Amino acid sequence: MNIVVCVKYVPDATAERGFDPGDRTVDRSGVPGLLSELDEYAVEAALKLAEAGDAEVTVLTVGPADAADALKKSLQMGAGKAVHVLDDAIHGSDSVGTSLVLAEAIRKLGTDQPVDLVLCGMASTDGSMSVVPAMLAERLDLPQLTFASELEVGDGTVRIRRDGEAATETVEAALPAVVSVTDQANEPRYPSFKGIMAAKKKPVQTWSLADLGVDAGSVGLAAAWTAVDSFEARPPRQKGTVVTDEGDGGQRLVAFLAEQRFV
Amino acid sequence: MSEILVLVDHVDGVVRKTTTELLTIARRLGEPSAVFVGAGYEQARDALATYGAQKVYLLEQPELTEHLVAPKAEALAQLADRSTPAAIMLTSGAESKEIAGRLAIKLGSGVLTDVVDVEPGDGTVVATQAVFAGNYTVRSRVTHGTPILTVKPNSATPEPAPAQPVEEKADVTVSDRARAARVVERSPRTQTGRPELTEAAIVVSGGRGVGSADNFAVVEGLADALGGAVGASRAAVDAGWYPHAYQVGQTGKTVSPQLYLAAGISGAIQHRAGMQTSRTIAVVNKDPEAPIFEMADFGVVGDLHAVLPQATEEINRRKG
Ligand SMILES: Cc1cc2nc3c(=O)[nH]c(=O)nc-3n(C[C@H](O)[C@H](O)[C@H](O)COP(=O)(O)OP(=O)(O)OC[C@H]3O[C@@H](n4cnc5c(N)ncnc54)[C@H](O)[C@@H]3O)c2cc1C
Ligand SMILES: Cc1cc2nc3c(=O)[nH]c(=O)nc-3n(C[C@H](O)[C@H](O)[C@H](O)COP(=O)(O)OP(=O)(O)OC[C@H]3O[C@@H](n4cnc5c(N)ncnc54)[C@H](O)[C@@H]3O)c2cc1C
Repeated sequence: MNIVVCVKYVPDATAERGFDPGDRTVDRSGVPGLLSELDEYAVEAALKLAEAGDAEVTVLTVGPADAADALKKSLQMGAGKAVHVLDDAIHGSDSVGTSLVLAEAIRKLGTDQPVDLVLCGMASTDGSMSVVPAMLAERLDLPQLTFASELEVGDGTVRIRRDGEAATETVEAALPAVVSVTDQANEPRYPSFKGIMAAKKKPVQTWSLADLGVDAGSVGLAAAWTAVDSFEARPPRQKGTVVTDEGDGGQRLVAFLAEQRFV
Repeated sequence: MSEILVLVDHVDGVVRKTTTELLTIARRLGEPSAVFVGAGYEQARDALATYGAQKVYLLEQPELTEHLVAPKAEALAQLADRSTPAAIMLTSGAESKEIAGRLAIKLGSGVLTDVVDVEPGDGTVVATQAVFAGNYTVRSRVTHGTPILTVKPNSATPEPAPAQPVEEKADVTVSDRARAARVVERSPRTQTGRPELTEAAIVVSGGRGVGSADNFAVVEGLADALGGAVGASRAAVDAGWYPHAYQVGQTGKTVSPQLYLAAGISGAIQHRAGMQTSRTIAVVNKDPEAPIFEMADFGVVGDLHAVLPQATEEINRRKG
């Protein structure tokens, strides 16, 4: 089985994230970047499938030069090879542009050996739109099995459990398919020392838009179908009153709630 | 006036509050047309009319709901081709976002998610989005195609504007490719009798500090006294104390209630991402250094096992 895992390089959510006042894209300078934590679950799901059967796992990222770190971490976890789509023209792409580049890269990966499974995280931790897997399914004309909290593959079929808004659903499709997994799906492994050493020898290919046959004018900030006009940091919340419980904490809480007309 | 397509979010015909919010917002931009997919329209009719739907497209073919996401995106694309709406609006939930994503590719349109406010702009729609865990607000536009927006729950107060919608049974075709992912089993979530988490005006959440599944009774007790919903942090969910459907945060639900009460929750960024736009925040935590106090309008440093039951008792006493 040939598995492609899409992994995104994102600014660390626990650092002070912000925007570049120039072009109003994400300010990546000064904020450490990393493999989106939610994509670790997708990598883990792929590795589990590879361990259970015979599968090759390729990790794919679209992002700036530093995004190689996200690939490195995935290779250390155990992925077999990596592809980095790197091109200055991609800077500032929206979800439509990003999904176009990812879809073309997946197509190119499938020319040697057909891709059976495209695995994604449930959302990136920066844009957190949760739309890219659906867009990939649309562009690649593949069945979409997203937000999987459980995943099973066998006999050319993929089956997931999806905890929807109002119901829990079991969804099934024939391979090839696009699957996204939630943070309920598994427990991502830490790279082992052996894994870290082995990753150094694993192949990383870098592709440009030209390699994918994508017109540079169809992606990037200028070609995006959405535009950010302005951004503003949300004013920090004012810290209110804090009291210490001296046997009357519950009553004082209710006094506050009553004052605010919640009681 | 221009037509605005609003995808109705409902459970067996019970229209969710998010839809009445969407209809309210859509009226700022044009004439809302509700798109009702699935069974149960009889139940939904009143709510859609009350909140100003000028038209209702009825899409009752079973194949629209027997498969994941793709058929609904196809149906909306066909409606959009016929009616050339000025915008398409959906709820910012997992499924609707995905429908929006596929629709964007089909229609050649830009898409904005997690929108919290919408106003008419110069020939387009100007949206406000909450991004980076709610730490930033961004003003944005769709610059190509039909604006597709997914709007977060509690972004507007639903305001009635009674209308007599024209009902149209819309014939849409569902392609074989859209039927590729089949829902083979569906088990509805058990009803708790409490308000729906994302819609509730009051949410009482418990975290690791609750200590056990049984102890969640103190959180539920306070929620019930306040008529609120129950939420949980991921630590409490991971421990198996409360179901994942009630998780608040980045990988759970985003809530924006009038009152959020966090008990035994430290306030990690991923938790804050799901609740920091709440209007009033109250906190009970035994550690005065817990970061969640920084965002509290009112906080009690104390043991939740003492404070919560006492608060519940006090509320019930006041209610008499
Ligand atoms: C704060 C913010 C707000 C934004 N708002 C919008 C908006 O409203 N509309 C819009 O069109 N664009 C928006 N963007 C841009 C958009 O986020 C990026 O184009 C992005 O690459 C795709 O969306 P996402 O990160 O939200 O991905 P999601 O759809 O949340 O990602 C899901 C999965 O797709 C895969 N994936 C996503 N991106 C990549 C990648 N670059 N490389 C490899 N795999 C990937 C990963 O497996 C990931 O887990 C926004 C960006 C930011 C930072
Ligand atoms: C990718 C990713 C996604 C995540 N998504 C989410 C998410 O959606 N939602 C979420 O919540 N988290 C999420 N997390 C986890 C998050 O980082 C925190 O680990 C989590 O929120 C901690 O939960 P907690 O506050 O209940 O537990 P802790 O951080 O352990 O805090 C427990 C608190 O309870 C207090 N306490 C203990 N005993 C008592 C007592 N008897 N009375 C009063 N107070 C007491 C302690 O002082 C402490 O402050 C995510 C993490 C990652 C990496």
